[in-house]
Amino acid sequence: MDTTGRPNPLFRNLSAKIAAIPMILTALVIFVGGTAWTVIYSFTSSKLLPKKLFEWTDVINIGDWSLSIPTGIVWKSFVGLQQYERLWNTNRWMVSIENLFIYGLCSLVLSFIIGFVLAALLDQKIRFENTFRTIILYPFALSFIVTGLVWQWLLNPDFGIQSVIRGMGFVGFTFDPLYSADIVIYGVLIAGLWQGTGLIMVLMLAGLRGIDQEIWKAARVDGIPAWKTYLFIVIPMMRPVFITTLVIIASGIVRIYDLIVAQTSGGPGISSEVPAKYVYDYMFQGQNLGQGFAASTMMLLAVAIVVIPWAYLEFGSRKRG
Amino acid sequence: MTLSTAIAGADAVASRLKGPQGPKPRKRFSRRNIFIYGTLIVVALYYALPLYVMIVTSLKGMPEIRLGNIFAPPVEITFEPWVKAWSEACTGLNCEGLSRGFWNSVRITVPSVFLSIAIASVNGYALANWKFKGAEAFFTILIFGAFIPYQVMLYPIVIILREIGLYGTLWGLVLVHSIFGMPILTLLFRNYFTSLPEELFKAARVDGARFWGIYFRIMLPMSLPIFVVAMIIQVTGIWNDFLFGVVYTKPDTYPMTVQLNNIVNSVQGVKEYNVNMAATILTGLVPLTIYFVSGKLFVRGIAAGAVKG
Amino acid sequence: MRKLASLFAATALTSVSAQAADLEVTHWWTSGGEAAAVAKFAEAFNASTDNTWVDGAIAGSGGTARPIIVSRIIGGDPMGAFQFNHGRQAEELIEAGLLRDMTAVAEAEGWTDIVNPPSLLDACTVDGKIYCAPVNIHSWQWLWLSNGAFEKAGLEVPTTWDEFVAAGPALREAGIQPLALGGQPWQSSGLFNVLIVALAGPDVLKSVYGDHDTDLAAGEEMARVFKAAADAREMAEGSAVQDWNQATNMVITDTAGGQVMGDWAQGEFAVAGETAGEDYSCLPGLGVNEVISTGGDAFYFPVVDDPEITAAQDELAKVLLSPETQVSFNLAKGSLPIRGDVNLDTANDCMKKGLEILAAGKTLPDVNMLNTEDTNNQLNDLFVEFFNDKSITPEAAQERFVSIIENAD
Repeated sequence: MDTTGRPNPLFRNLSAKIAAIPMILTALVIFVGGTAWTVIYSFTSSKLLPKKLFEWTDVINIGDWSLSIPTGIVWKSFVGLQQYERLWNTNRWMVSIENLFIYGLCSLVLSFIIGFVLAALLDQKIRFENTFRTIILYPFALSFIVTGLVWQWLLNPDFGIQSVIRGMGFVGFTFDPLYSADIVIYGVLIAGLWQGTGLIMVLMLAGLRGIDQEIWKAARVDGIPAWKTYLFIVIPMMRPVFITTLVIIASGIVRIYDLIVAQTSGGPGISSEVPAKYVYDYMFQGQNLGQGFAASTMMLLAVAIVVIPWAYLEFGSRKRG
Repeated sequence: MTLSTAIAGADAVASRLKGPQGPKPRKRFSRRNIFIYGTLIVVALYYALPLYVMIVTSLKGMPEIRLGNIFAPPVEITFEPWVKAWSEACTGLNCEGLSRGFWNSVRITVPSVFLSIAIASVNGYALANWKFKGAEAFFTILIFGAFIPYQVMLYPIVIILREIGLYGTLWGLVLVHSIFGMPILTLLFRNYFTSLPEELFKAARVDGARFWGIYFRIMLPMSLPIFVVAMIIQVTGIWNDFLFGVVYTKPDTYPMTVQLNNIVNSVQGVKEYNVNMAATILTGLVPLTIYFVSGKLFVRGIAAGAVKG
Repeated sequence: MRKLASLFAATALTSVSAQAADLEVTHWWTSGGEAAAVAKFAEAFNASTDNTWVDGAIAGSGGTARPIIVSRIIGGDPMGAFQFNHGRQAEELIEAGLLRDMTAVAEAEGWTDIVNPPSLLDACTVDGKIYCAPVNIHSWQWLWLSNGAFEKAGLEVPTTWDEFVAAGPALREAGIQPLALGGQPWQSSGLFNVLIVALAGPDVLKSVYGDHDTDLAAGEEMARVFKAAADAREMAEGSAVQDWNQATNMVITDTAGGQVMGDWAQGEFAVAGETAGEDYSCLPGLGVNEVISTGGDAFYFPVVDDPEITAAQDELAKVLLSPETQVSFNLAKGSLPIRGDVNLDTANDCMKKGLEILAAGKTLPDVNMLNTEDTNNQLNDLFVEFFNDKSITPEAAQERFVSIIENAD
């Protein structure tokens, strides 16, 4: 142990440990505890309320002290894998997963590219940087509900972009993604990117500003073209910021809910449904907590399989960065 | 290098308004500049178009909206929708518009943003520079937590808040916002601090500076852009939050978004698009103002010279 | 000493019950007409009792309100009263002992005698105890037709569903959307349930949803309903709207021939200044089977420790069902009163048709009273898919329908 010579390894680095107490509590109580709670209830037939899980039986009462010792337990409300069977036999759930994949992949790739290119452009010592940055970032100030509403409007064939372009004389012009089942998810994507890329751009910009100026000087002295400097020097140095961005985008994708509700309500039909909406609808609209929890458990399981090993490797093994 | 020079260096970074880096610009009308500004202007149009539609719509009367083209400027400008959204729109029986929840939103947002950023930045700092055994395990769980749909956690948190006696109070809500802000913010700060030049931290350690000393005197001033990003994320997220605000408090502390929801989401009756748009812009004004005002802090960057002294 | 203490307690108690309480009421009536209607309750409550109505309005229907209500109750800090669609939605809260038994108030006020139809009170009753106060009746089985649209197409305004279906192609040729149907899932399943009642009869609906009769669900009668639903799908194709009131607006502006929607659509026609019989027609039971379902809204009262609140809850329950509030509330809301002994002279033609059917006792329970919300949600998913995807055959849809009924509880 590298703690030789110290009285107690527990007190090593004590300030950092004390400072991390809120994090440890949140991780254990809320995320582990809450997830476990959810998973357990996904095996029950809970409807509107979480059902009682067990009851003590054969209680022994001792004397007058009203001291009772339970000696047996009866498990209640458990229905095994029933909720999961139903889930995987539901067409809507399958459509939801497919949509999440399409939306997720496009959103991830495009957010990165757009965010980085815009940040790099803003980092060129340009005039009006503040103005441009605010214009690109402002959609982030508006909630998804509002984003969905505005884009539902712009994409409405009767008075949005389509009708305006038709009004300009292009009568055959058709652009109504929200009303055709095959491409509706791309209509949602347009709105999602509009709302979210500003933040990605700002994150990347903060990352670029954290790069040592010496690097640019050195690259210029060596005559390396700007695009090469970005690709081979700057981007590798920004790796930590990219990781942050990746998690922000990915967690936003997995949890996407409000935007769909506001823009399409899952329609036309069920063609733009997503998993988080399935969870929410069955928990609160359908009053079937068990079904909602089963769906969320499947989501979290998928996330856990990807995220936990990756995060452990990413943040665990290396000393810094 | 001594601690004092390190601090002086950091202070110099903080106090000097350093320009952005990037490659040096050349002539004014070079092809490069035309490309940069051209692209930015086109992009800015895409981002600004919906705002334009919102503003234009909010200034029209309902008959004009029903007839017309959403891009057309208003024939007859009316501020009625704005007045209505701010002070007349009804939420059930209370016809005080958005103004009713404004101060509640402020009272919720300010402590929540402050607390969540304080906790997360210290977490991130501890994780980046003062690693202890087991830290990465907790951090991994935290990252996992970023992917949990909020709605699933509603009831467990109700039970936890009830047990610690904070259910229904403003502080309970502040706590909830701090908890759900923690994964992303901790990651943000940890990764930013990790990417800072290590020499700075080492020099301070050599000089005998401790945990809090380094945090306040070196890390904090060096990290303004990332604090701005954290603030943007939190102010927006908390200001726009509806679900937690409505589930964990009571009507007298409901945030502004409850009124916004009631204006925008009214299921029955005629949809008043102009009032919706005005209400939307009004609700977004606070985060927007913060973006604009805090933008200045972005101009700073790490100047290597100051560090190496 | 002990006597003194109890005397003290007694006086304290009496002074408490005379004192005013703030009663927080959670509901989702936030649109113009709804807010005006709920204001009638608040005014009556504030005027006739010493208590104060504290309004907790949340827009967005049950999906938004339910987590709030349940959280507040589990969190041990419940509101004084809340609105639900009555039926099976509150079952569990009652079983868990979280809602107050209002039988005493109901008996004192003679609710069993005045509430008409009695099924409304049955929906509030669990094990012989009454847990909610029904406040209005909403019915689903209405076909709203635009007289102007049919005139434009040079057609007679239909008087039955079949005539309406037959008019479909001619309407389309005239550039009119035959049937307006919004994209929200509940509209699709609502339309289908109306078709069951109109074409197969109320008894089929009751047996399929109430008794989970799978043979009937898989049978010939239901197959006919599914065929009719396919017709409706044909006619609804191209109605690119989301909200139900946008669909109603298509009927108002004569761009659509008709819409199947509950009686709340009347509010939209009224706001647009349209007159029943002149500008639009209404066919209860689609003109085939003149019956109406008697769903509606009810108030529930969580168990609280505070005796002041409890007293205020009792008083609110009384106010909600009093004749004056019933009239003023329902006129504003566009729904029918839950008691037959009040006078609604100012009601319009369609509302009067509804009142007549109600008086004749041609009613059936609302789907909400037969199905759990879980089943309703599954039906929503099935029918919103069916009505938007022509590749699903009526037979395939019926098969999925039967499996939902089979697994319903």
